Amino acid sequence: MPVSVVRGQKVWQRRDRATALKHWLGWIVGVCLLIGCGRIIAGATNWSFVWDAPRQGSEFLGRLFPPQWSYMVELGRPLWDTLNMATLGTLISIGIALPIAVLTARNTTPHPLLRSLGLLIIVVSRSINSLIWALLLVAILGPGVLAGVLAIALRSIGFVGKLFYEAIEEVNPAPIEAITATGASPAQILSYAILPQVLPSLVGVSVFRWDINLRESTVIGLVGAGGLGLQLDAAVNALQWSQASVIFLVILLLVLLSEAISARVRRAIT
Amino acid sequence: MKANTSASHPPYPRWSPPPLIANPLLRWGALLLGGLYLLAAFSTLEINWERVTAGISRSLQVFVGFLQPDFASRWWEIQNGVLESLTMTVVATVVGTALSIPIGLGAARTLVPLPVYLLCRGMIALARTFQEVIIAIFFVVLVGFGPLAGVLTLSFASIGFLAKLLAEEIEAIQPVPLEAIRATGASWLQLVTYAVLPQVLPRLVGLITYRFDINLRESAIVGVVGAGGIGATLQTAFSRYDFDVAAAILLIIIGLVWATEVGAGAIRRRIQ
Repeated sequence: MPVSVVRGQKVWQRRDRATALKHWLGWIVGVCLLIGCGRIIAGATNWSFVWDAPRQGSEFLGRLFPPQWSYMVELGRPLWDTLNMATLGTLISIGIALPIAVLTARNTTPHPLLRSLGLLIIVVSRSINSLIWALLLVAILGPGVLAGVLAIALRSIGFVGKLFYEAIEEVNPAPIEAITATGASPAQILSYAILPQVLPSLVGVSVFRWDINLRESTVIGLVGAGGLGLQLDAAVNALQWSQASVIFLVILLLVLLSEAISARVRRAIT
Repeated sequence: MKANTSASHPPYPRWSPPPLIANPLLRWGALLLGGLYLLAAFSTLEINWERVTAGISRSLQVFVGFLQPDFASRWWEIQNGVLESLTMTVVATVVGTALSIPIGLGAARTLVPLPVYLLCRGMIALARTFQEVIIAIFFVVLVGFGPLAGVLTLSFASIGFLAKLLAEEIEAIQPVPLEAIRATGASWLQLVTYAVLPQVLPRLVGLITYRFDINLRESAIVGVVGAGGIGATLQTAFSRYDFDVAAAILLIIIGLVWATEVGAGAIRRRIQ
């Protein structure tokens, strides 16, 4: 314990001198970094707009309200598209992520090279946001719901695959040994020893991702991938804020609903 | 469990696993409904096959772009955008943390009276509900185009993540030190400093590194609506079909995300 002697009395200190200096140095470097970053951002900001923000904000609220309720009628189809992008995207990603997870999990992988390949796919899929996937797919496939479905699916593979393979790595090895002892084939081991153990977490992860995907599919339309985002983009570009506020409210309801469903399902299975 | 003996040779009962849903009506009904939904969903996809076949040759171009990413021709924009994304991430994580700690304390039912709790929970719910991009639309209207809107967006979104998880950590801490500090006649602030923070600090640092990671990913996209960072450059590259430039940007993003993930993992391992 670091103790210093001051005028013949022992004084307890939390850290010895070297550690304290290191902490101070860390703080100074951190604060300098923060100030440097702040300066860069301040330099790229048009401050006259910022000082105008309170007025802009109050005017903006004035334009949002009252919402143009009649616009709700036109939102039926985009809502259906949004729901489909989330659901189909999640289903496709589960179909692709399951085999990848089996090949990637340490205890089921047939070869370390395949494991590395699986990890690579998962990392690439995870690091690219679904909005960026949508940008890419809209450029390739043209605007539309299909690009949205695939963007959601490609982003979800990494998330679902990572959580699936971690679940597979955590299974209890005893049932696997028991099933193996009966002379079962690898496929039978998978379906009778591993699958029953991971099924609850598979369902939980899938529903959780569906919930996230529903949120994301409300915005990927901003880059042309269909659904509510497309309507929002049109409304914002036309400065139709009373229509935009209706869309915001629909998104809010959708998110609350999906969160309630997902929380309920996950509570039921765990 | 179902055991049915087959009529002919071998006389052993054959076991088959029980179905997931016991009620056959419910089982087949759910399957049928699911099938009908999928049919309806696929039939309304409106796939433009001509465009898709044209896209296949274009996807080859994307692939070639990834093999030969072009860092050079737009280097100035890329450099600027990446620097902006990184600085936005750093500032937003710090500001978000500074805002999240008081809100997180206020959202822990064990520490505060009901009105404060409800207020803080309401703020967290508001921050969590909307996607970063939608929040960014608001802030761009408020403070104009540029990275400041992005910083405000990411800081606000960080509250929904950090404050919520911090509050859950606080509600789960050991109550014994709390009681001990309270018994000494400590004020609320002293209670937080000496009984609560020491218990949640390691977890808080872990959460901050997670959020840094998320903020970096999000900083790459809020530029799509004009809130600064690399997103605007990326969108331009895609809409001009400059796939080699887009590939260069994506590779930089993947590299940065990977680097922060490794760094954050190392920090978390050291602390916990």
